[in-house]
Amino acid sequence: MSAKRADRVATAVLTLAALSLIIILAWFLLYVLVRGLPVLNWQFLTSPPRELEAGGGVGPQLFNSFYLLFLSLLFSLPVGLGTGIYLAEYARPSRLTDLVRLSVESLATVPSIVLGLFGMIIFVNFFGLGFTILGGALTLALLNLPLLVRVTEEALRAVPQSYREASLALGATQWQTIRRVVIPAALPGILTGITLTAGRALGETAVLIYTAGTSASRSLFNFDLFNSGETLAVHLWYVRAEGLVPDAARIADGAAALLIIAVLFFNLFLGVPTRLLHRRLTGGQSR
Amino acid sequence: MSTVRYQNRFMATALLGASVLVILTILAIVSFVGRQGLLTFRDVSWQEFFLSPHWNPTNGQYGALVFILGSLGVTFLALLFGTPLGLAAAIYMAKIANAPMRDLLRTATDLFVGIPSVVYGWIGLTVLVPALQRWTGTSGFGLLPAALVLGIMILPTLVSISEDALRALPVSLEEASLALGATRWQTIWEVLLPAARPGILTAVVLAMARAIGETMAVQMLIGNTPQFPQSLVTPTSALTSEIVVEMANTPFGSTWNNALFLMALVLLLISLALILIIRLISRGRLT
Repeated sequence: MSAKRADRVATAVLTLAALSLIIILAWFLLYVLVRGLPVLNWQFLTSPPRELEAGGGVGPQLFNSFYLLFLSLLFSLPVGLGTGIYLAEYARPSRLTDLVRLSVESLATVPSIVLGLFGMIIFVNFFGLGFTILGGALTLALLNLPLLVRVTEEALRAVPQSYREASLALGATQWQTIRRVVIPAALPGILTGITLTAGRALGETAVLIYTAGTSASRSLFNFDLFNSGETLAVHLWYVRAEGLVPDAARIADGAAALLIIAVLFFNLFLGVPTRLLHRRLTGGQSR
Repeated sequence: MSTVRYQNRFMATALLGASVLVILTILAIVSFVGRQGLLTFRDVSWQEFFLSPHWNPTNGQYGALVFILGSLGVTFLALLFGTPLGLAAAIYMAKIANAPMRDLLRTATDLFVGIPSVVYGWIGLTVLVPALQRWTGTSGFGLLPAALVLGIMILPTLVSISEDALRALPVSLEEASLALGATRWQTIWEVLLPAARPGILTAVVLAMARAIGETMAVQMLIGNTPQFPQSLVTPTSALTSEIVVEMANTPFGSTWNNALFLMALVLLLISLALILIIRLISRGRLT
């Protein structure tokens, strides 16, 4: 085979691989939506689940998903952003910095079920709370943490050094510079990162089964932090794996479609605008 | 001391505090999960746990070999399926695609990351398992469906990190090769891929970490039976799936329960080892 011919064949194969990636994704999304959309109606979205008979909904689970997501971000944002800012702006090459980085990387690769078991030891057994929304949210926060650190650090590092120098030259302190100059410039990147983190946390299951539990409140909006709080993703797993309801397949179809809609919402409707904003603010240099 | 200066000092300390908290978190995870897991060895010898295939806790048999090999097997197969496709797509994105196509593929990989693992598992359960049932006449559960779905789940890791590695190469390498009359494919194969090898290896190792820790999709597809598989479509089990299935049935502090924590510790140590391997790769010690 001549070199030119090999080049053409290789180009075709590589293009095909990339296209198949898009085709697999499109097929996944369509499959889930086509199966699940017919299930979705107001009653399904708002009524509580049933244990034994058909016709239950996912109202409390839907609420719990967003409630847990909100709480987990509340807990992880200060530490995640703080560590990201520290690594980007303060850290000098040292043993400690190296250790922080190693910890962030390690935390990012801890399997989610192991995080779940850790949360279970601490909140369920050590503090004796049982399965609670609070324990679930705090454990889920550990999953968000390394992602938030990384996106914050990357976003801050992308801000040109001249911005900092100009601010410091005007007599601003380091923190004033970070707060008034660096963070505003890095904000679009940070926001994109938070959105992606939120999207991932919303679909997380293994962390929550043994911390927030597999049962949900009977009422639609229950803000009690010490109640067990099954989320939509956990419910999807639970009805397929252990559930007794006769219409488990229908509920799973609906729950899967809802999760996919949430993912699309987070990625496309929240993610793309911030990416465009990013492009406008940084003059078109994408990541 | 003025407020501004006081604030500046306070923030520097607070941000350092956040970073130290991250270090303490990973240490707490290792020590709590580790302590609980190691309690197993009061009742079970390490030879039995690591080398015996007989898992029957009600009769006091705690051999976890099947699960360890199951986790390794499913990870290896997933890499076998995912790596060629992911690497090809990464090469296409880095060197062949035009800007809109690259944006499309980047959005696609973001969406792949965003799809919850229960939804991957659910797609496998409703599509792959029935199909394998028809084709092979077996139950359809086992290493093959789990590995196929995992192979897709690790694509975003493989694609984004390999692509970054390829794009980070100096343009002069490519220009020199093309100027010598090499085709694009010759340039990619003979020059760019070898130069990007550390980055591509990192992508594979991270994908491995993701695959071995994946819980929900594996639990839904592998069959959850503690036996050596006779074929790729015989039900078997893995560390993660066994933990999820059995954790609910065992009282905290029992030998059975501790053995599940020991499995979590094994997963944790494997993930941490993979992080150290990545560090060695990036320092150029392993290539």
